[in-house]
Amino acid sequence: MKTDLLINGNRRTLDADNRTSLLDALRHHLGLTGAKKGCDHGQCGACTVLINGRRINACLTLACMHDGDEITTIEGLGSAEALSPMQRAFVNHDGFQCGYCTPGQICSATAMLEEIEAGWPSHVTADMTAKPSLDEHEIGERMSGNLCRCAAYPNIVDAIRDAAWRDQE
Amino acid sequence: MTRHMKMDNADTRRRLDDMVQGAVGAPLDRPDGPLKVTGAAHYAAEQPTDALCYGVLVRAPAAKGRLLNMSTNAVMALPGVLAIVSDERMLRNPAQGTANEAPVQGVHEIAYFGQPVALVVAETFEQARHAAQALQLHIETTDEAALDPLAVEPEIPEDKQSSMGDLDAAMKNAVYRVDETYTTPSHSSAPMEPHASIAQWEGEQLTLRGSYQMLKYNRNELADSLGIEPKNVRILAPYVGGGFGSKLGIAPEAVAAALAAKKLSRPVSVAMTRPHVFETTMRRSETRQRVRLAADAQGRLTGIGHETLVSNLPGERFAEPVTQATAFMYRGENRIIGQKIARLNRTCAGSVRAPGEAVGVTIVENAMDELAEQAGIDPVELRKRNIPEEDPTRQVPFSSHKLAEALDAGARGFGWEKRNAIPKQVRDGEWMIGMGMASAFRVNMLKEAQARVRLNANGTAEIESDQTDIGTGTYAILTQIACDMLGLAPENVTVRLGDTDLPPGSGSGGSFGAASNGTAVFLACEELRLQLATAAGCAEPDLTLKDGKAIVGNRQVIIAELLPSTALEATGHIEPGDASSKVRQATYGAYFAEVAVSAITGETRVRRMTGAFAAGRILNAKTARSQCLGGMVWGIGMALTEALEFDPRYGQIANHDFAEYHIPVNADVPQIDVILLEEHDDWANPLQAKGLGELGICGAGAAITNAIYNATGVRVRDYPATLDKILPGLET
Repeated sequence: MKTDLLINGNRRTLDADNRTSLLDALRHHLGLTGAKKGCDHGQCGACTVLINGRRINACLTLACMHDGDEITTIEGLGSAEALSPMQRAFVNHDGFQCGYCTPGQICSATAMLEEIEAGWPSHVTADMTAKPSLDEHEIGERMSGNLCRCAAYPNIVDAIRDAAWRDQE
Repeated sequence: MTRHMKMDNADTRRRLDDMVQGAVGAPLDRPDGPLKVTGAAHYAAEQPTDALCYGVLVRAPAAKGRLLNMSTNAVMALPGVLAIVSDERMLRNPAQGTANEAPVQGVHEIAYFGQPVALVVAETFEQARHAAQALQLHIETTDEAALDPLAVEPEIPEDKQSSMGDLDAAMKNAVYRVDETYTTPSHSSAPMEPHASIAQWEGEQLTLRGSYQMLKYNRNELADSLGIEPKNVRILAPYVGGGFGSKLGIAPEAVAAALAAKKLSRPVSVAMTRPHVFETTMRRSETRQRVRLAADAQGRLTGIGHETLVSNLPGERFAEPVTQATAFMYRGENRIIGQKIARLNRTCAGSVRAPGEAVGVTIVENAMDELAEQAGIDPVELRKRNIPEEDPTRQVPFSSHKLAEALDAGARGFGWEKRNAIPKQVRDGEWMIGMGMASAFRVNMLKEAQARVRLNANGTAEIESDQTDIGTGTYAILTQIACDMLGLAPENVTVRLGDTDLPPGSGSGGSFGAASNGTAVFLACEELRLQLATAAGCAEPDLTLKDGKAIVGNRQVIIAELLPSTALEATGHIEPGDASSKVRQATYGAYFAEVAVSAITGETRVRRMTGAFAAGRILNAKTARSQCLGGMVWGIGMALTEALEFDPRYGQIANHDFAEYHIPVNADVPQIDVILLEEHDDWANPLQAKGLGELGICGAGAAITNAIYNATGVRVRDYPATLDKILPGLET
């Protein structure tokens, strides 16, 4: 079935099997392999992309459900020549080793900062009405949907704090 | 021009200390970083390929039996289906690391639940997945499967039993003694990138884009599996999404993809699903370990016994080398080391990060904690009293031994002096607080490796090797070595890896990648320096190279001016030699952990951790630290959550995904301090660098379980320390 997607600012028309997940549409049909398939079950977060600004596991949604949606993938956040502040911070803080979970981590972190900015509380937020802080517990909680077997977690937390701090400057 | 070196003796020249560029050791960002953070690095299944079709593996839903037939005709009629491959050349399980030949092959004799029996190929992934699910298998299950390691008569291989002195007498005469049996469950490597291959033929020439760690072996394994010449196989793996041992040997998806691509004359992509990775690649064997420690009144060990039971499939030579470090960890003249192997119908057992020490050192370090408490000696002090003067088993000197320094530096950094040695004394609301520690030990290895370095006429350099970077930092450290040896800035050095058309490296495994391939690059650069010195009219040691310039005496010239119009090229070739038998080479460290255990639920949270490590010269302070962090986090997983659960009735892995097999997530991991000690081990290689990728896990779990004891008074001897094992002890 035909689906119109606005991906990284470009209009793309997909004509794929209805069973095609958004992740497989990106990877197999649209040449965007930055979103990774780590589990295909919504358990690892490697496929995280942004739909209309919100983070989502692209493996858990069908492409044909997103007609007209704005989709941002890792390729839309920056390029090797022009890294986004979050991408730059991941490189500087060694927020990855093998790099396979990394696009998902960065998409997730980028949206997560907006969630904090919007005042969304998390499981570990003490005061539900105040603006959540950016301490390691908040970041750790909010980033626990993105697994990293190389276990760069402490560096990921540092990278996110660094990027958020630069953003506020 | 090739410069060859065999590591027979210590190399005391320390040539890297003569270099002035200052790249080695610096916290250089990974050169591959920008590609990885933008999604532009292509992993195995991601290479854009025309006319690609998709294969999905079909696997046996029985632990033992014989495949009689399958519903081929019905499935071939489904939309898009191109082929069903079920071939005796398909692999029963992956090859073991460095096997260099095909593993057990065949689809008819079923040896474990999850064994591949067919590949269904279709135009699209969705069609292939549906068709694979629709394929009906007729499997005859006559024999009883062997599913329980304690219920079978184990093999007792003669070469895995050894003894010294009289341990029974030592135990009898000991002032303090420990005799306990501990168990660790099976673990999964669980790299984030599932195993995947794209196979493409041009005539008789096969190109495989795969996710593999050791390409020179993988090429031979793949060729042997298919019955073709290795020269007709090229494997490409420039980026590998983690391995941790599970991608050491060629795996079933590669051979299946190659067979299907040949049959269809089209490129075929086969990616394992996450459950496939759990069930059809490798697991770390579960272990049962009896540890005996005999000590005198001062806590000095007089005897050590370490007897283990592990398992594997019939026909597999690998057995988890649980006691690998026990031979040299601590003093004690009376010893028994033994291993039994149960042959089971379970997923193949193979190397998982730090095979041997990850589980073996962890358990001995638990026993040492029990001994420390019994003897009333501080656990750090007990270990220092038991550092041997030479390898107590082989009676050869240590090349370098930094355990005492690591214990001191770690204790200081962590604040160990604040620990209350009596359990159950510290509370923070509902949380019981405890501290624990353990030593780290890991054997150090050097493997044969070659690398080519080309110095171009414009003063840039290129490094080429089939070595892989599986997240280990190979791109970074090879760059840094060439920068220092040739006086170049990092942006002027390019590293090409992961292509069997390039000189054979060591492969990634056993923590030997950096030392082995780094030395190959070093040797190639030494040869280039010689040629540059000749051109500059000086002796090589008098040549200073920095920032693209050569400095000889008071003359300074641009390196490019010394070069011929064509590039200068040299190959470095390192081979291990007698150095490994003349001395005991190992890496050492110490872990310290603070845990909080809920008095209500029994849940353990790790509050902080410190690790101090000595692994020779540190090549990159940033990537080295990351390796140590990663290892210690694996220790958190091993201590608290990770266990493959086998269904006792049918033998399948009941928790074959990330929802049920719990690797640590971000919220499980506190900020971790890593202390890297200065060490130069001349016996290791000309870089004085040793392996670091596995040291972080070799005992880390014990620091946590020892801290749980300090917090609660509960000894968990059956890993992992889940709530159900702690809670009953809290109620008394």
